[in-house]
Amino acid sequence: MWDSLKLIFTDYTVGVITCGTALLGAISGMLGCFAVLKKESLLGDAISHAALPGIVLAFLITGTKSSSGLLIGAFLSALLGLFWIRKIVTKTHLKTDTALGLVLSVFFGFGMVLLTFIQKMPDANQAGLDKFLFGQAATLMVEDVWMMGAVTTLSLFVVILFWKEFKIMLFDKDYAHSIGIKTKLLDALVSLLIVVAIVLGLQTVGVILMSAILLAPAAAARQWTNSLKNMVILAGIFGALSGITGTAISASSAHIPTGPVIVMVAAVIVIISLIFSPERGYLFKQIKHRRNRNDLKLKKTLQLMYNIAVSHKNVYHPHSVKLLNNFRGYSKKSIQQMQRDGWISITGGMWSITPKTFEYITQSKQQQI
Amino acid sequence: MKENIAIQVDDLTVAYDYKPVLWDIDLKVPEGVLMAIVGPNGAGKSTLIKSILGLIKPIAGSVRVFGKPYKENRKRVAYVPQKGSVDWDFPTTALDVVLMGTYGNLGWIKRPGIKEKKIALTAMEQVKMTDFQNRQISQLSGGQQQRVFLARALAQDADIYIMDEPLQGVDAVTEVAIINILKELRNRNKTVVVVHHDLQTVPEYFDWVTFLNVKRIDTGPVKDIFNDDNLTRTYGINYKVALNQ
Repeated sequence: MWDSLKLIFTDYTVGVITCGTALLGAISGMLGCFAVLKKESLLGDAISHAALPGIVLAFLITGTKSSSGLLIGAFLSALLGLFWIRKIVTKTHLKTDTALGLVLSVFFGFGMVLLTFIQKMPDANQAGLDKFLFGQAATLMVEDVWMMGAVTTLSLFVVILFWKEFKIMLFDKDYAHSIGIKTKLLDALVSLLIVVAIVLGLQTVGVILMSAILLAPAAAARQWTNSLKNMVILAGIFGALSGITGTAISASSAHIPTGPVIVMVAAVIVIISLIFSPERGYLFKQIKHRRNRNDLKLKKTLQLMYNIAVSHKNVYHPHSVKLLNNFRGYSKKSIQQMQRDGWISITGGMWSITPKTFEYITQSKQQQI
Repeated sequence: MKENIAIQVDDLTVAYDYKPVLWDIDLKVPEGVLMAIVGPNGAGKSTLIKSILGLIKPIAGSVRVFGKPYKENRKRVAYVPQKGSVDWDFPTTALDVVLMGTYGNLGWIKRPGIKEKKIALTAMEQVKMTDFQNRQISQLSGGQQQRVFLARALAQDADIYIMDEPLQGVDAVTEVAIINILKELRNRNKTVVVVHHDLQTVPEYFDWVTFLNVKRIDTGPVKDIFNDDNLTRTYGINYKVALNQ
């Protein structure tokens, strides 16, 4: 693993590929936040699948496998898919999920038909188009990485420039429209950027897994922050990290595909975030839940003891432990815990409250009044 | 009686499908009134205010705000959407949402600065939400979320406030607080239009009312037109009689 990490800096080819996957991860992660917040997580999946027939048709028309030609085909085909989805939703009674499913499977099916068809052709040149299914990072050239860099910079520029507008549109579209924000234009712009990011990733990750690179970093980032700005930055970092780590792992052996490994790394980041992030994470929520319950239990028991204690002239007079037998919150363990924490003192089956308890309960009683 | 007309709606007809939601609505809202729009479910109350705000394209008719189309006078109008229309798990704070009220005056690309923050904080103070300014919006209670929406509209410093059920799902204390703010706006000669559900409180909260059920039944001062006849015509039953059964 460390040797392959070193490869990133020493080996030219691995270095180029790493730059490409890092850029791709960063830009998809950032734009993925918008898709997630627009509640259009699955749109990315439909769009990437819709790109497949475009790739094959572009090859059939141009007869070459130059990546720019194929990507233009993919872009047009993906746009057409997006257009159909929007039209189906607005013009028919079908819901968004149905429209997404239809466009995804119809376009992908058509793409597979074309792919199988050209593979039967005598020309040997067509071999390798099926690499677009799962991507092949090894085919990344310096020119491809430059293009990724240019598109990433451009998208970043647009996002920063219209940050305020994007934010209000994502949160409250009707309100944004009422104060004069061009929501339709911005909506189209966001969709366009997402399509561009997806098309960029096809060569590396492939049509099937591309949506994971879009959504996973965003889902993970949401767990760690409550600010949109931090979420977008963090998603970019997570995406780049997935790209770099995934490339390094796959470079360590000849038989590990890059795209799927990148997706797996991103998935690991998501799982860690879902479990371990503070506030929103599962673990933290469980601990907080349990702690709150225990605190409440302790307070109830202390209150009972306090009420018994104040019935005696001397508040710190010892009482029998058996007195507590009918109380639900009490157990041998909890009594021992309370003694350890200095809430009560126990001597020979008798307990008495401490000044700490007296003060705490008196105070909380006053607060309630 | 010569008075300025804040909102004027002429021959407005809206349909989502074949069935009209609003039919031939004529409406004049004078400046400086606190008006409730009442009517049964599906009467087109939300549709009416969305049409006024240009969010829905009508089949026919026109809307004028202080004598001009909405687009030309939108800075004089503040909108409070239904609380349930947004996702409150959106990653942002209460202050950030209120700041959105200043975006309209800022124009494209420009970012809110110190001046805008001051406006937002003043608006938050008005709705008594200053202590919660840095709270993530999902951690606010329903009433607090409604106050944030109200503060956002106040930050716009508009002349007309259009609100979609601002009292929905808030407790009694918040309801009174919100109504007091609305009355205060009215006293400053602002025009406030509110989609309202609770008929019992109409005479207490509002001084002007519109009865709506696809067609406009009646519009006028509460003390003149808020009567059994109009209620029966709007709701199709004599609701006071029905209530006593």
